This record gives sequence, C-alpha cells and structure tokens, in this order.
Amino acid sequence: MFRDIFYTIIGFLRTLGAFQLFSLRILANSPSIFVRRFSLVVKQVFNAGAMSLVIIMVSAFFVGGVLGLQGYSNLSKFNAEDSVGAFAAFSLLKELGPVITALLFAGRAGTALSSEIGLMKATDQLSAMEMMATDPLRRVLVPRFLGGVISMPLLVAIFNVIGLFGAHVVAVGLLGVDTGAFWQQMQATLTLPDVYEGILKSVVFGFVASLLAVWEGYNAVPTAEGVGKATTRTVVITAIAVLILDFMITAAML
Amino acid sequence: MQQTRSVELGAGLFVLFGFAALFFLTTQTTGSDGFSGDDVFEVTARFENVGSLKNRAPVAMSGVTIGRVRSVAFDPENLDAVVVFEIDSQYGQIPDDSDASILTAGLLGSQYIGIQAGGSDFYLENGSEIEFTQSALVIENLISKYLFNSGSDSE
Repeated sequence: MFRDIFYTIIGFLRTLGAFQLFSLRILANSPSIFVRRFSLVVKQVFNAGAMSLVIIMVSAFFVGGVLGLQGYSNLSKFNAEDSVGAFAAFSLLKELGPVITALLFAGRAGTALSSEIGLMKATDQLSAMEMMATDPLRRVLVPRFLGGVISMPLLVAIFNVIGLFGAHVVAVGLLGVDTGAFWQQMQATLTLPDVYEGILKSVVFGFVASLLAVWEGYNAVPTAEGVGKATTRTVVITAIAVLILDFMITAAML
Repeated sequence: MQQTRSVELGAGLFVLFGFAALFFLTTQTTGSDGFSGDDVFEVTARFENVGSLKNRAPVAMSGVTIGRVRSVAFDPENLDAVVVFEIDSQYGQIPDDSDASILTAGLLGSQYIGIQAGGSDFYLENGSEIEFTQSALVIENLISKYLFNSGSDSE
C-alpha cells in the first residue's frame, strides 16, 4: 500500500516535471515558428478562433441577456435599475467574459486540438514526421498552441461586446431602462484597470487552455480509447486550472 | 489554393473583429469625467470630520469636476483631518476665501468635496489652504439626534 502511494506521488511529480519541460520547449520554439511558418499559425487561428465564433457569440448574447434580467429585477428593489449597465459591464469584463470563454474554448477548440493530435499520434503520423527529420513539436504542436494563444483574448473581447449588446437589448429594449443612463452609469463606474484585468485574464487563460490541450493530445495513449480519454482530460483539467487561476488573479489584482 | 485563401480571409476577419471589440471595450465602456490630471496645483483643507471621503474622490465646483483628492490624513496635533487635493490649473481663478464642504452624491452615493466661491480678489494657488470648511454629514449622528429629539418631545 505504501509502495502504491510512493509510486503515485513519484508519478505525479514526473508528470509535473515533464509538463514544465514540454512548456519550455513549446515557448522556446514559438517565436521562430511565428516568424518563419506564419501561414501554419494563420490556419490554426482560423480553426481555433474563427470557427469558435458562433458558439461564443450565441452564448455571449444570452449571458448578457440574463445579466440584464437579473440585474434589473434585483436593482429595481433599490430603485437603482439605471445601474444595470454598470452591473452587466462589471460582471462581463472582469469575470464572466474571460471564464466562460475559456470554458467554451476548452470545449470547442481544446478538445479538437487534443483529439486531432492524439489521432495523429495513434495513426503514426507524428512518428512518420520524425522519420523525415521534421520535429512534430515544431510542425504540429507549436502552430496550434500559438493559434489558441492569439485567438483567446480576441474571443474574450468579442464575447464581452456581444454580451453588453445582449444586456442592452434586454435592459433597454425589453425592460425600458434609459439608454443614456445605461451607458453613462457604465462609463462612470468602469475604469481602465478593470478592462486591463479582463484582458490579462484572457491572455493567461489562452496560454493555459492551449498548452493543456496540446499537452494532453501529445501524451495521449495511441489507441481509440486513449484519444477519447485525453479529450475528456483536456476539458476537465482546463476547467479546473482556469477557475483556480481566475481566483488567484482576482485576489492579486484587488 | 482556393481553400487556403478562404482560411486566410476568415482568420483575418476574425482578428479584425477581435481588435475592433478590444478597441470598443477600452474606449467606449470606460469614461473620463473631464479631469485629465496633467497640470494641477495642490490645495489643503482641514475638516473636523471627513466621513468616508476617499483618495481620488472628485472635487467639484458648481457640480463640475475640477480636481481630485490626493490624500486624507489625520493630524494628531490639531486633532482634525487634513485633506490634500489637486485642482486642474486651468481653474486658477478660485477666490482664496472660498469654502469647501464634504457632500454626498445621492442618498447613498460616494462622497466628494464641493467648493463654493467666495468674494476675495486673491486666488487659490499651489500650497494654499482653504480656511472655511464644513464637515461631512454623518448619517448616524443625524439619526441619533432625531431619535433623542423625538424622545424628549413625547415626554
């Protein structure tokens, strides 16, 4: 029994160390790939970013709409329904935008990345590249990682804008809050550091979500079952990492 | 070839949208209240009670923000609060016998300093002190005053 615990701990530490080395290799190779194989990166920005737009925009609209409804129904108890714009903007820009986008990104783009890379491994495409003296890490993993890192902050920005639009449609269009009050309250409460906090979160989440997706795919057991497991683990681990990091960043920025 | 071009077009459009959204967020959702804070002069005022006045609270004259509170400190010798605030130097013609009072924006809003112009021919300048001040209204004091008064009335 003690042997089991010992080997579990050793195994965990080895995974952690291997992940660090893997991250360093990805980061070290990123600049040269970004400059020299830019077309590969563009393709991945399309896959990870542009293809996620539909799910991001639809979710954002309804999240914003819910904020408008909830904000209105609770703030009107204090006759403060004009502040619904400030309420929605604060929640979206600082918390909901980055976090929900990261979770959706893990579900839409992260799983696609890890299953694609896992299947490449299972069908020996990665080994074939190595035979041809092409480093699969540089040719396959780094462009996908960069695509995620570039897409994530832009997706969060789009999420926030569509979310505000949704809140505006519900609060102003359906519930009759004054347009001027909606925007004026928002602009009076929100400061640039609030916006920067959201952008910082989106950048960090972009790094983490892309790195974890690529890592899980690259280390998948090369069988049908293994690829499936790797895809599941991507979503689970990304969700946990994003929520813990969100807490840490919020605590640090207060 | 056709496919590559449409992929590049899609990625380009996506990045363009993203940056447009970022631009919107940084410029349209936050507002400045017309006080830049580049070229300022400092004025001091002593208050008996500052209530919950905070750093960066606005300093307003006729309802227009003309400055910001720099620091709020307690003076252990005179046993009062010393508030240092900065005023945009384009408003350099405020009479030096103007009075400063601590006001509240709305019933439960945040507190700010309101300046009421005096009649002197001399102007406030860097380092000058406002002599006439009025403390913040502390709502607990008001309530207790009201309670005590109503108690004595009924007897």
